[in-house]
This record gives sequence, C-alpha cells and structure tokens, in this order.
Amino acid sequence: MDQTNILIEKKEKEVLVDHFTGRKYKDRLFLSAVIFFSLITISFVFLIIGAMVLKGYHQINWSFFTQVAPDTFTAMMAKSSGQLIPGGIVNGITGSLYLVGLASLIAIPFGVLIGIYLYENSKKRYAAVIRDITDVLQGVPSIVVGLIVYLWVVVHITHGYSVLAGSVALSIMMLPLIIRSTEESLKMIPDTLKEAAIALGTPYYKVILRVLIPTSFSGLVTGILLAVSRILGETAPLMLTTLGNPAINWNITKPVSAVPLLIWQFYNDPNMVDLIWSSTLFLMGFVLILNLLSKWIAAKRRF
Amino acid sequence: MNSDKILKYVLFIASLLILLIAGGMIYSLFRGAIPSFHQFGWKFLISSKWDPTQGREQYGALLFIAGTLFTSILALVIALPMAFSTSLFIGEYFRNTRMAAIVSTFVDLLAGIPSIIYGLWGFYVLRPFIVSIGLSPQGYGIFTSGLILAIMIIPYATSLSNTTIMMVPNELKEAAYSLGATRLEVIWNVILPNARSGITASYVLAFGRALGETLAVTMLIGNANIIPTGLFSTGNTMASVIANQFGEASGLQLSSLIEIGLLLFVITTIINAVGKFIIKKMA
Amino acid sequence: MNEINTTTKPSILSIEDLSIAYDIDKYAVRNVSAKIEKNAITAIMGPSGCGKTTLLRAINRMHELYPNISTKGQIKLYDENIYDMSTIKLRRKIGMVFQRPNPFPTLSIYENVIAGYKLNGIHMKRSERDEIVETSLRDVTLWDEVKNSLHKKGTFLSGGQQQRLCVARALAFKPDVILLDEPTSALDPVSTAKIEDLLVELKKQYTIVLVTHNMSQAARISDNSMFMYLGELIEYEDTKTIFTKPKDPRTEGYLTGKFG
Ligand SMILES: Nc1ncnc2c1ncn2[C@@H]1O[C@H](COP(=O)(O)OP(=O)(O)OP(=O)(O)O)[C@@H](O)[C@H]1O
Ligand SMILES: [Mg+2]
Repeated sequence: MDQTNILIEKKEKEVLVDHFTGRKYKDRLFLSAVIFFSLITISFVFLIIGAMVLKGYHQINWSFFTQVAPDTFTAMMAKSSGQLIPGGIVNGITGSLYLVGLASLIAIPFGVLIGIYLYENSKKRYAAVIRDITDVLQGVPSIVVGLIVYLWVVVHITHGYSVLAGSVALSIMMLPLIIRSTEESLKMIPDTLKEAAIALGTPYYKVILRVLIPTSFSGLVTGILLAVSRILGETAPLMLTTLGNPAINWNITKPVSAVPLLIWQFYNDPNMVDLIWSSTLFLMGFVLILNLLSKWIAAKRRF
Repeated sequence: MNSDKILKYVLFIASLLILLIAGGMIYSLFRGAIPSFHQFGWKFLISSKWDPTQGREQYGALLFIAGTLFTSILALVIALPMAFSTSLFIGEYFRNTRMAAIVSTFVDLLAGIPSIIYGLWGFYVLRPFIVSIGLSPQGYGIFTSGLILAIMIIPYATSLSNTTIMMVPNELKEAAYSLGATRLEVIWNVILPNARSGITASYVLAFGRALGETLAVTMLIGNANIIPTGLFSTGNTMASVIANQFGEASGLQLSSLIEIGLLLFVITTIINAVGKFIIKKMA
Repeated sequence: MNEINTTTKPSILSIEDLSIAYDIDKYAVRNVSAKIEKNAITAIMGPSGCGKTTLLRAINRMHELYPNISTKGQIKLYDENIYDMSTIKLRRKIGMVFQRPNPFPTLSIYENVIAGYKLNGIHMKRSERDEIVETSLRDVTLWDEVKNSLHKKGTFLSGGQQQRLCVARALAFKPDVILLDEPTSALDPVSTAKIEDLLVELKKQYTIVLVTHNMSQAARISDNSMFMYLGELIEYEDTKTIFTKPKDPRTEGYLTGKFG
C-alpha cells in the first residue's frame, strides 16, 4: 500500500512537471488546427459561389430567360463587336423542367410506395434485400446510370436520344433517395400514433393514407426536394441519353436540352464562354433554393 | 379482395421495380461487355493500350483504372484533414452552437453544388492558380482533379463522421475529464475509439463517391490515355473515358466502354458495401 | 447567506458563497457555503432538481465543459482556490464517480483502472501498472471477481461491478476527495450494499462527498448531511442531528416524506 503511494507520488510529479505544459500546449495547437481546416472547408463555398456571381451576373437579363441559346456564329459576331452575347437558355430551362418533371412523375410514386413497403415489412428478409439493393443503386455512378439507360431506352425504345431516356436516367437516380427518405420519415412517427388509429378499428390502408402519410408529409416533401435538387445539376447521364437540342422541344421521343447540358456545350465552345457563368449562376440559384426550402421544411416539421 | 390486401399487393409489386432495375443493370452491362470480353478476355484488366483506330483496334482498362484510383486516393488524402477537422468542429468543439450550425449549412451547400460547377470552377479558377504558382505548366492532371474531388467529397466524409462523434455518450467524455484529461486527450482516447467505425465508414463511402465522379474530373485530368506517372502527370479515368467517347463509339469500342462501366459498377458497389458493412457492425 | 455550522474537525474543502446558473440569472445553486470534513462521508440530500448534482459537479469544475454555465463564489481545496488551479491538477486531486456506471467500452477492465494514467500520458513499467491495478481493484473489492478476466472489456460486468470499476478508476490516481453522484441509483440492493460498505471503508483514506436520494443510505453511512432545497443549502449538520432534530421545517418535511 505504502509502496503504491510512493509510486503514485512520483508519478504525480511527472504529470505536473513533465507533461503539464506540453499537454496544454498540444491541446491548444490541435484546436487551432481544427478551426483552421474547418475554415478552409467553408472557404471553398465562398470561393466557388463568389466566382460564379462575379463572372456571371452581368449576362443575366430578360432575354436570358426568354430566348434560346445562340449558335456559335452569332455568339462570335457579338463578341467581336464587344457586345453581350444575345440569346438565353430558355431551351435549357424548359428542357430541365420537362426532364425533372417527368423523372419526378416516375420516381415519386414508386419511391414513396417502396418506402412504405420497407417501413411496413422492416423485419422481413426480402425487405432487407430490397433495402440493400436500394443502397447499391444509390451508389451507382451517374455515368453508369446514363450508360444503362442508353442501352435500354435510346437503343431499344426511342431509337435515338430522347426526353424519355433522360427522364428515366434521372428517375433511377432519384428513386433510392426518395425510398430511403420516405422510410426514414415514417420511422420517426411514434408507434403509439399508429396504434391509436388501429385501435379505433381503422382499416390498415386508411391508417397509411390518413395517418402515416399526412403525419410524415413534410418529411416526404423534404426528401423529394432534396432528390430533385440533386438531379437538377446532373450532366453526365444526360450526355448519354438526351444529348441536347438547340430549340425548345416537347416531344418525348426527341432530344431535348437542359441547363447543365447547355453549360457543357458552352464550355466546349470558345465563343460561348461568357454564357457559362450566368447559366451556372442560374443553376446554382435553383439548386440552392430547393436546398434551403427543404431545410426550412425540415426545421419546421415535427415528425 | 379487401382494400388492405390490395394495398399490400401494390406495395409489394412496387418493390419489384428495384429488383428489375438492379437486375436489368447487371444483365445489360454484362451483355454489352460480352464482345469486348470475347476479344480481350481478362487481359482487358491488365492492358493499358487504348487504340480505337480502325483495323488495329485494341482496348484495355488498366490506365483508366489506375487514373481512377490515383485521383480518388489523392482526393481522400487531401479531404481527410478538412473533413476530420470539420466533423470535430461541428460534432465536438462547437456542438449545438450557432457556429456549428453555420458551418454545417456550408458543408451541406458544398454537397449541393453540381459536379459540372466544380468542374468549371476547377477549370477557370483552380487550374490557372495551379499554373500561376508553378506547380504544373498546364494545370491539368492527377493533382488538380484530386484536389477538386477532395472538395467534392468533404461533405460526405464529414456528415456521417460528425453524427457518430456526437453519438459518443457524454458520460464517457466526462469520466475522462474527471480523470484530468485535456480535450485533445478526450478526443483521442474516448471519442475516436468510440466513433471509429462511423468515421471509417464515412471515409470509405466518400471514397466510393470519388470513384464515380465524372465531369469535374473529365475537365481537369487532361484526358491523356497514359498511366499517370506522378502527381502532376495527366491521365484519364473510367468515368471520363465513358463520357468522352461514348457518343461516337460503336462496335468493339462501345462494348469496351460498357465493360469499363461494368468494372466501375463493380468497384463502387464493393466499396459501398464495405462502408455499409462497417456501419452495420457498429449498430 | 445560509448560516452554516459545522464541525470544528479538520476540513479539506471549503465552499464559499457559491452560485451557479445554467442560464443567465436562473440559478440552480444559490449562495451555498459549507466546509467539507476530511476523511468523512458528507451526504447531499434534497428533492429532485434542487441542485445537488450542480453543486457536486462544481467541485471538480465539470461545468466548464459547457459554455453557458456561469459560476460565482469560491471553492477552496485546503487553502488553494480551485479556480486558480489547473484543471488537470485539480481533477487529479478530486475524483468523480457518476450516477450511471460509465466504464470506457473500448478499453479492457485493466486499462479502465489505469485510464487516468493513460489519459494523462504517464508511462509506467508493466510491474508498476500491475500493482496499481491490483491495489485499486482490491480497494473496491472487485479483484477476486475480475482477476481472471482483466483483459476483457469492462462492459460485460454487471452494473454493480461496473460501478465499482468506476470507483477503482477514480481511486487509482489516489485523489484526496471522491465525488459520487447517486452512485447506487442504478443498482440492485446487493450491489448497493457493497458500494456502501466500500465507501465506509474508503473514508479512512479519502474524503467522500455523496449525492443521494436515498435517505436511509445517508443515515446509514454518512457523517455529515446537507439538505438542499430550490438551490439553497437549508441545513448542514452532522447526520445524527439532522435526522433526529432537524431545525428547519423544510428539512423535517423532506425527511418525513411530506415532499420530495
Ligand atoms: N444542463 C442543464 N441546463 C439547464 N438547466 C439545468 C441543467 N442541468 C440542471 N439544470 C437545472 O438546474 C436545477 C438543478 O439541477 P440538478 O441536476 O443539480 O438537480 P439534482 O438535485 O441533482 O436533481 P436530481 O435529484 O433529479 O438529480 C434544475 O432546476 C434543473 O432543471
Ligand atoms: Mg442529480
């Protein structure tokens, strides 16, 4: 006992003398490093969005939203005479809305239904398999999704690049996001609520339609908005499925443009460079608004 | 049949869609890759010749696999200190403060920026910067793409890590403090050992994302069909070669591109499965 | 300020006009002054929410981990103001055992006992470590139960064993004072009895401050008792007096089960 005491006395001196200053110093140093690297992380947001705003704002005007993209010759002429490039990105905007709208039409109902299925059968092996496969699908690189849909739709169904192909590609990317967010927001509903409805003798389908879905509605909406904001900027899969179109197109079997596709096109055409940043700014603004909207809804929701 | 039954069937049938998509994907990738596989066999994996010239067509995936792995590993290495610090900032040092909320909103924003915007920023801002500080004459290559990929995956590596860091029970941290530990020692000896699997999983999943990123890398890597020789060497990745050549490809070239897509699918799926497995083990 | 006795016996800690607020002007502890007797068990009692935990945690400056908590007044260990000491030194001298057993789940039983040394970066020879582990585990009468599984994780022990392990962890560093916050509230009666016996044994070497909800526990093992109510220290006497002749009607009400 005494020996231990002496040993500990000795050790105590070590703590206080040898280690003390060094330890405090290391502690501070580490905190500074954490703050420093965190600042670097958030500085990228400023650098990227700042560059976009500075370079893009002057090209944003009325015609930007009402006219289709110019051809390269018009753009070159305007540039050489020192004017703003005429035209806009309305073919891209309408195309993006068309593609995303159609993709949502496919992905939302299926996603919500499958999400409910997973929630209802959470203990079943089959459901676990479906959940795992959904995770796999979510991890599939978007370019591979584009490639697959090319093989399915472009080759076999529309025999050419088309709105349908693009929407199918985007919907495959949305589906896992919606499934998982539906399941997660349903899981947040307390069991007691469900049991209360069942105890009243409510048929099960009504419990789902009248209790579960309304209660988790804002959760569902959050998930959907987030999914839409994710696919809005997708470019690679569209290059393989809808290609692009200089005019506005509403025919589902024909190619269509999209804002990200236009950006890619401008990037590859030295005469159009000026239009890149305004289009990017527009795209980013759109994505940002959806993001913030979903955050806002998520913050207000109860379940 | 009553409505409850109908609903059950509807839900079940909807779930089949997932099997259909996944099964169809695998089927189509394999089928599309058959001609290439017949022609080149397993040599496809170890050959780095990529020559679409009519008559002496020859395809191998090695250089793309190498480029993909190099850029992604570099991205992970660069992202690590940033993601680790940010998750400690949000999940430990400033948890539940306004500051943490602001930083985490910014991290979410980073996750929301589309790939093509990263590419443009990399091309018009980062690349000239790299040229101007004399790191590389053109600014293209492994380093530039790795850097942009790193920024893109920071949010993925951060968000899961900071939730697991926050999940470490307060009681354990207080026990360590009550023994005289400094904050750094608590982080090192209590938080990290207890949050280890979550943090590892988040880096694995972030790595998986980096593997499949397409356009940002395409715009910065230089698209040279060589095996990268160094940090500032140019190269090409699996996703980039598909994006660049798919439009004009047919026949054997198309099949080879599909085989690359298949490889990419297999690799990312394995990486994601590993990440998910680590998370499951943790729960 | 409350009129506080007490003893003329030697004291080790002296709390002087201590007030603690979780939010601005919302005091959980108000103007508490008390001297803690050396080598004795001091119990802190009172209804839920009266500030017992808050007071106890102030003694080893746990509140500093959370930014919004403000503290006024002084606490002296011997004659040194604890707010002038480094937290490292202070927490070496004042150990803490928490309400719920909290062994480090990633460490073995052995490593848990010497966690204090490991956390403080003190390197020791194997024989030295072995000795400290054995002595500490013997002190908490856990040695015989775990000596064959020292290198297994501590989380497989029963709740009572885990709690004794946590006491051993605090003892391994030979603190002067041990703070315990309802250490038996998560335990069954047998484990509780073991911890109580242990505390009585330990007071020969250590000073013990014990928060408890269990009045009979305080009566059984403590030497002095504090009664707190709504953040204030109402009464502080030797245990016998407070249980037999409480001065304040609120103390009496609590002890006779009228409220709390
Ligand atoms: N972290 C906190 N933030 C804000 N208020 C707190 C916090 N912890 C405790 N309080 C408040 O301080 C007061 C005293 O709490 P304390 O935990 O010290 O009580 P206690 O006497 O230990 O109660 P119990 O017997 O239930 O453990 C209570 O009113 C409580 O609501
Ligand atoms: Mg308490």
